Amino acid sequence: MNRLAYIGIAIATVVILTAIFAPFIATHDVTVQDLVNRFASPSADHWFGTDALGRDVFSRVVYGARISLQVGITVVLVSGVIGILIGAIAGFYGGWLDRFLSAYVFNVFLAFPGLLLAIALVAFLGAGLGKLILALCVIGWVGYARVMRGQVLKVREYDFVNAAKALGASNMRILFTHILPNSIQPLIVQASLGMAGAVLSEASLSFLGLGIPPPAPSWGTMIEEARNYFANYPHTLFFPGVAIALTVLAFNFIGDGLREYLDPKQRTR
Amino acid sequence: MKYKLLNFARQLALILLVIWTVVSLVTLLIELVPGSPATTILGETATAEQIANFNFKHGLDKPAFFISYSSEEGFAWNGLDNRYADYWAGLFQGDLGRSFRTDRPVLDMILERYPATIKLAVASMLVAIGIALPLGVLAGTNKNGLIDNASSFVALLGISLPTFVIGPFLVYIFAIQLGWFRPGGSLYPEDIILPAVTLGAALSAILTRMIRSSVIEELGEDYVRTARAKGLSERTVVYKHVLKNGLIPVVTILGLQLGVLLAGSIITEKIFSWQGLGLLLLEDGIAKRDYRLVQGCVLVISLTYIIANSLTDFVYRRLDPRIRLG
Repeated sequence: MNRLAYIGIAIATVVILTAIFAPFIATHDVTVQDLVNRFASPSADHWFGTDALGRDVFSRVVYGARISLQVGITVVLVSGVIGILIGAIAGFYGGWLDRFLSAYVFNVFLAFPGLLLAIALVAFLGAGLGKLILALCVIGWVGYARVMRGQVLKVREYDFVNAAKALGASNMRILFTHILPNSIQPLIVQASLGMAGAVLSEASLSFLGLGIPPPAPSWGTMIEEARNYFANYPHTLFFPGVAIALTVLAFNFIGDGLREYLDPKQRTR
Repeated sequence: MKYKLLNFARQLALILLVIWTVVSLVTLLIELVPGSPATTILGETATAEQIANFNFKHGLDKPAFFISYSSEEGFAWNGLDNRYADYWAGLFQGDLGRSFRTDRPVLDMILERYPATIKLAVASMLVAIGIALPLGVLAGTNKNGLIDNASSFVALLGISLPTFVIGPFLVYIFAIQLGWFRPGGSLYPEDIILPAVTLGAALSAILTRMIRSSVIEELGEDYVRTARAKGLSERTVVYKHVLKNGLIPVVTILGLQLGVLLAGSIITEKIFSWQGLGLLLLEDGIAKRDYRLVQGCVLVISLTYIIANSLTDFVYRRLDPRIRLG
């Protein structure tokens, strides 16, 4: 893998560990307001300073990692499983079912710009963690389904699949024990890029006021809150901004590195 | 010829089917609203008469769809006089309904703001091309060199930095610290520069990478060797021969990205108070719970996206005979 992928893995590990050990890393309670200490600059007591309500920015950035990863992992898992199942069925069974799914259903979901569909769903359903995850899954599964379908179409023609068929293996067995493990590589790339996308979408929706409602320390919400004051207090926007950028960058690095590693044509380039 | 026509008809049918589904989904989205739109708009203190009047005015007193289901009565046929059919009938007459809040025609409100969004999308595309073309060519012609690695890094940075992080930082540097631009608004011609750079940053990153790999791929082709062998300068080889062929996939991406930019402009418009469709959707639609307006905005953005994508697909097929015949 290329060097950037290793950097990505290192950053992602730090973010994951931060999320897991947030209660031990955070120096202050994330919701406690200290109006006397509003907009304090970074100092020994408040490493990243304080925000408009005097809350500790460092602790909020630390807990923000939890929200981001929670949304990211859930969205990748749920939309991944749904997408893989639908893509596998479309690719494996072919015929009218494949035409219906790949030419019609996939296209309908791709016809909406992703973020717009999420915005529309949350606008009509109302804000909240569960609804946000639902909206991101609705837009996320198609990517996995398309990759999986393409893989299944390729792998099902291989000799070992024909051999399994000849030995009388059931369709389910062929699909899940022979085709799926041999289709997994591009799906891992898709998951890594999907993770970056989900973290970014969560922050975007929270920034638009359609994500996780305050006082939860979502990075997007923190940036939205800091927007009105950042001319005088840039630290309130800088730290959550860097946190989002680094996290998204890390998963993009990993996805990109994996894609290059798994694709011999790109590796030689 | 017959095959071509058949193929074209099939493509067109698919696009129409997708449009029908998208319109239907957008129409039915309003049914997801918890509670009734009337109480959301008029408030909890509204009288039954006020609610009835509101529902009558906006057609909300009619059933949602041709059929309905209730646990007591099971499935019931509601006839043709329903909200879904009404919305479609309105659409064919260019009527997207009236705003729940202002009572103005939704289409008028959208048409007032739409040009600003298109202007922003086109400007950001120009910014992206302006950055990506030289950077991509430099990276591709210096494969694995310092410029290539640096441009790869900048490109990934551009993809990973969200607009709502880039935007405020650009405002901080160029509007507040340097005082070159105003931090927001869309009154003066130069107001478009910061939003266009913000919105175009991600696209320029994607384009740089595409142009880079296109250039690398084309540089390995036989015709490049021929061009070099007949003594053409490297500059002519790259700019006259390689770019001409290498830009075909880039044109496709540009077409596809126009729709993405239109949708992505929602965040940029919010950062810079750019008076476009995105801000209309957010501030007048979602924030004020004007669901009819939200419906209209979502529909118009989605349809633009579909049409832009379909046109790109069509142009691409015309450009590349391999795809046309394939």
